[in-house]
Amino acid sequence: MKKILVSGKVEGIVLKSEKPINFLGTVDKKTGIISDENHDLYQKSLKDIVLVFPSGVGSSVGAYTIYSIKSNQAAPLAMICKKVDLTVATGCALANIPLITISDEEFSSIKNGMKISFDTEFNQIHYQ
Amino acid sequence: MELTKEEESALKGEHGEIQQMAYRILVATGEATDAEKLIPIEWAHLSGVNYNTIGDAGEEFLSGISKHARVKVKTTLNPMGFDIDNVSKYGLDENFISKQLSIRNSYETMGVIPSFSCIPYEIFDIPKDGTQVAFAESNAAIHANSYDNLKTNKESAFSALASAIVGKSPNSSLRKEDDPNITIRMKVKNPNELTYGMLGFFAGKVGDTSVNISGLDEMDKRQTKAMCGGMGTSGTCAKFIFGEGNSDCEKIDFDEKEMQNVHDELNTAEKGDIITLGSPQLGLDEISDLAGKLKGRSFQKRCMVFMPRTVKEQSTKIGYTAELERAGCEILSDCCTCLSPLISKDNVDAVTTNSIKGAFYLKNSNGVGVNLKPLLQIVEDETR
Repeated sequence: MKKILVSGKVEGIVLKSEKPINFLGTVDKKTGIISDENHDLYQKSLKDIVLVFPSGVGSSVGAYTIYSIKSNQAAPLAMICKKVDLTVATGCALANIPLITISDEEFSSIKNGMKISFDTEFNQIHYQ
Repeated sequence: MELTKEEESALKGEHGEIQQMAYRILVATGEATDAEKLIPIEWAHLSGVNYNTIGDAGEEFLSGISKHARVKVKTTLNPMGFDIDNVSKYGLDENFISKQLSIRNSYETMGVIPSFSCIPYEIFDIPKDGTQVAFAESNAAIHANSYDNLKTNKESAFSALASAIVGKSPNSSLRKEDDPNITIRMKVKNPNELTYGMLGFFAGKVGDTSVNISGLDEMDKRQTKAMCGGMGTSGTCAKFIFGEGNSDCEKIDFDEKEMQNVHDELNTAEKGDIITLGSPQLGLDEISDLAGKLKGRSFQKRCMVFMPRTVKEQSTKIGYTAELERAGCEILSDCCTCLSPLISKDNVDAVTTNSIKGAFYLKNSNGVGVNLKPLLQIVEDETR
């Protein structure tokens, strides 16, 4: 991992997007389902998966959306990005969702549906 | 990031949940912005006030933390959704009003000064050069870094709130370096405030964290604010430095063609049904100037004028408020054009404004058309 933004230990199934995510307006804050039909994760649920995507984009108010989906038990277990942005970083910090960044090569190697686990204390990621 | 022992224990939760959450936000922000440590700040300015933007999630969050959270440094507040003095005229529903008042109450309970203004740099005294602050409102952060000799990150609503609660903020690159890799060469002749707004919008798109801008004339307050507002709207850039910059900087021209592109992106209507002035909110100088321009003239359609409450009180004493009202202006304090719930596409097709920041949000959030004109042109076309 390149950076640890919010620490924690997780294990889960990868939901990966090649597109950045604008949490404000793209994600339904009650259900955690992607509601933007132009997004490659359209109609997918973020609940209880490990969300892998390049970075967040858009308004910083999107951080409240991350907090909302967590409050509504519809949030990812963790997020993994290539590039970090303040909206996702503060949203995850607020909701206490572990967040790390990884290299471009590692990002390319992660496939949708694979099982992934990491523990920020030991700086380790495992793929299965 | 290197934390002190005290900071580590707060992050682990030994100083309570509020401190833990605040430190978690500061650490995440610090890691995201390459800070190596936290530094004390003297002033925080918070965004995340308007119920129109933060919604139920924001309202519930603030209501929850306000039971225990208290700010540790001077903390001021962005505009909310309406002016309580005249909200009844705008047909907002009861739910909006009560949720907005709950948000106001939460911030006041936490010890925040209820300034409801996006121009803290005009209504509060500026601390001495080099003072570290934490400003979330983008135009205010850019103004603080570029004009007021203060130092701030372009904070998010959360990092500014966490900074207010802890009294510290990450020591990120914007607080340290003055070394942009891009220089924008201003080539447009005879610029007005709209030109500067478009220049700022353009600069914010091409710049990363800061840009140099060369070829600028002396700018007045309105033009300066327009540039800060435009820049904050389009990207992540939070500082401009006047001059050519290093020889190895990439040089990009802002000429008629680039200006036309920004204009075409934001100007979507040939005329407006109403006029709005103020995004950022107008300061006393601008109100004085506007009152002068409107002498003996009246608007032929609705004109909403947004200003901080303190500016409205001063304007009333001096007599500007009466003059503006005589000319047909609706005066609103505590709120702003930007993200206003008071302008709805249900009853307005298009808005005339001189604000690039306002135009961006009117188009993208309110979904109405925008007719861009400089103030002089607005007064000429829309008053008699």
